[in-house]
Amino acid sequence: MTAPGVSANVSLFSVDDLEVLEVHAWRSAMEKALGSGARLLTMYGRAEASDVIVTTVLDDGTSPKAKILRTRFAPDVGYHALTPAFPALHCFERELHEQHGVRIAGHPWMKPVRFEHTGAAGRDAYAFYEIKGKEVHEVAVGPIHAGVIEPGSFRFMCLGEQVHHLEIHLGYQHRGVEKLLLAGDPRKLAPLVETIAGDTSIGHTWAYAAAVEALAGVEMGLPVEAARGVMLELERVAMHLSGLAGMAADIGFLQGGATYGRLRTTAINTSMRLCGSRFGRGAIRAGGLGVRLEMRPSLVNVAEGGFRLAELRTNLALLTKDIAVINECLLDSRSVRHRLQGTGVVTKETASAIGLVGLAARASGVARDLRPAAGGIYRAHPIDACVDSTGDCWARARIRIREIDRSLAWLTAVSDAYAQWEPIRTKLPALGPRQLVVSMVEGWRGEVVHALETGGDGGLVHYKVQDPSFRNWMGLALAVRENEISDFPICNKSFDLSYCGNDL
Amino acid sequence: MFDSLRVRASQGTQYITDLRKAVPNGFRGRPQISTQPCKDGCEECVKACPTGAISVDPQSKLTIDLGKCVFCAECVEVCPEGKISFTTQTQMSSATRAGLILGEGQARMDPVTVSKSLASMFGRSLRLRQVSAGGCNGCEQELNALGNVNFDLQRFGIEWVASPRHADALVLSGPLTKNMADAVRLAWDAMPDPRFVVAFGACAISGGLYADAPAIDRAFLDEVGPSLYVPGCPPHPLTFVNAILDLLHLP
Repeated sequence: MTAPGVSANVSLFSVDDLEVLEVHAWRSAMEKALGSGARLLTMYGRAEASDVIVTTVLDDGTSPKAKILRTRFAPDVGYHALTPAFPALHCFERELHEQHGVRIAGHPWMKPVRFEHTGAAGRDAYAFYEIKGKEVHEVAVGPIHAGVIEPGSFRFMCLGEQVHHLEIHLGYQHRGVEKLLLAGDPRKLAPLVETIAGDTSIGHTWAYAAAVEALAGVEMGLPVEAARGVMLELERVAMHLSGLAGMAADIGFLQGGATYGRLRTTAINTSMRLCGSRFGRGAIRAGGLGVRLEMRPSLVNVAEGGFRLAELRTNLALLTKDIAVINECLLDSRSVRHRLQGTGVVTKETASAIGLVGLAARASGVARDLRPAAGGIYRAHPIDACVDSTGDCWARARIRIREIDRSLAWLTAVSDAYAQWEPIRTKLPALGPRQLVVSMVEGWRGEVVHALETGGDGGLVHYKVQDPSFRNWMGLALAVRENEISDFPICNKSFDLSYCGNDL
Repeated sequence: MFDSLRVRASQGTQYITDLRKAVPNGFRGRPQISTQPCKDGCEECVKACPTGAISVDPQSKLTIDLGKCVFCAECVEVCPEGKISFTTQTQMSSATRAGLILGEGQARMDPVTVSKSLASMFGRSLRLRQVSAGGCNGCEQELNALGNVNFDLQRFGIEWVASPRHADALVLSGPLTKNMADAVRLAWDAMPDPRFVVAFGACAISGGLYADAPAIDRAFLDEVGPSLYVPGCPPHPLTFVNAILDLLHLP
């Protein structure tokens, strides 16, 4: 689903052209589409008068543009859950119920996803899933964990050391992001968008900027796309290194922890030299770019952070060289293989059924990566998806290693082709009225989806944010089944999901 | 073993020898306000700031509250006079909320005031427990980075601990969500006296971009005031290191 020349996958619709189906017709259409292999990209509700308008966005594989199915009904009328037949919808239907009180009959686990209305009291009133049995015991972990990490509650139902089921109970990080996004000028939301998931600042901000630029009818051109792509791939390299460092530390492979950790420093400091922030803050604005790269040494003013192409090349070369050395050490180590192989397996069938996205899906053999089919800079400089087959922690580590290699090669090629960037600010016109845009970027965890809709005055009436974590938490829950509870930390780190990206 | 030796050789020496003097090239750090007068009535920067960090005082002088600033540089973009710029300075923490206000022409922030009592108790050994309450994982990653081979906070006897029971200081990140309010209080109540709070990042200090969000509950911080404020979005690890060293009167 690609607009020509735009690397983010953007689909733009006129709201008046969208058919609003009666709820039963919508449900049948959903059943038909999903049953014939279409994939759900996002699904959300918006209250209007006393009704709820439910929008579903599908990729049916027939055209590059996303398909929209929309319905309007009274929340207490509701419909019969699609989750039992299509488990990938489970979190979306839970969210719809939580946000709009939609009655969804027959959903197997209709618990709020983030307790945004009920607060702590309501949260504590919801029981965890329970497995009955004389020998079954439960282990409760969280919301505060043992490390420097975001909060969430995990409840393990175990027989001895073996985990039969894990329920992940989130919402502690809920800040009300989606409401705040509707409060300001839609063209000036970048600083807020950068904090939706602070480790995916570039992924989210690019999706946001591409969406707003499409609504304003502006295209930024290939050099700007290239700079955004460079920031996105640097973010991917840095976070994959962080994931590898964490996995190494969690199995006591300390050399890996220390080495991947310091290599990450080089990656994030490269981002900082380009845009002033180790997390890419300020690099992307709607209609703008905050990246500076210079060619000639005479232009460099180190005090102002001037960064030369030669220095960027040096950093990329150092990363490529040193990462290869530690990779070999990690992959050849018998103890590492022993701890990671066969641990936390998600099969291809399961990954596909529950709608996993991104690196977790690819590790299980599901080739879901938006970049190979994207336009813009990813058409000029293609990048292939890395796919593994075993679906275990080993596969999720190896996918990271291979993706780092590909991203570094891509970064080298693209920075050579676009050797110079200056910060740019374009004044965007008012957004077109009554439009719906769905914008997606392949962040380091997986697809980041932003769906924005404008009203009659061009102001936003809806902003739906979807971090890949929202869909992938269930993958972690299923991965630890029949594993030892002591393997949970590696499984968790191998997914490395965002709490605030889920809780919003 | 040869693999391991090769890694060791490639690793070299990574730790920053003098954290006091380290300058992160290219970092968008402490802002600078020039003394050049603004055009009459121009408040473009005030309007552009997403957190309301910029104010104009009765003498028409600008101030920036670093406790609210998210270092987005939107003020620089809109200013017709080039009055605001950003430096690479990381040192900007304070032991008081008022110490975070930056005035016109100010070339640096005052160092954190030494706390004699904290220095005598924790100067040789400080254990930190971090709690994120709505932190976006930006602050959390920078706090984790403090323990990596570059910053190596442990060289000063400062360490992260897993349990609040073992902690001397509670390092809070995030704007303090309603859904974490009870857990934050439980963690604090579990910490033995003497203890203190560090507010890390714009969200923890002032609520930052989320100050007006209805999902936020900052009652805990209103009640238990921080002993140290570390500004940034997220703060650079050096901002934290220098603040702690000053507070505890370490070299």
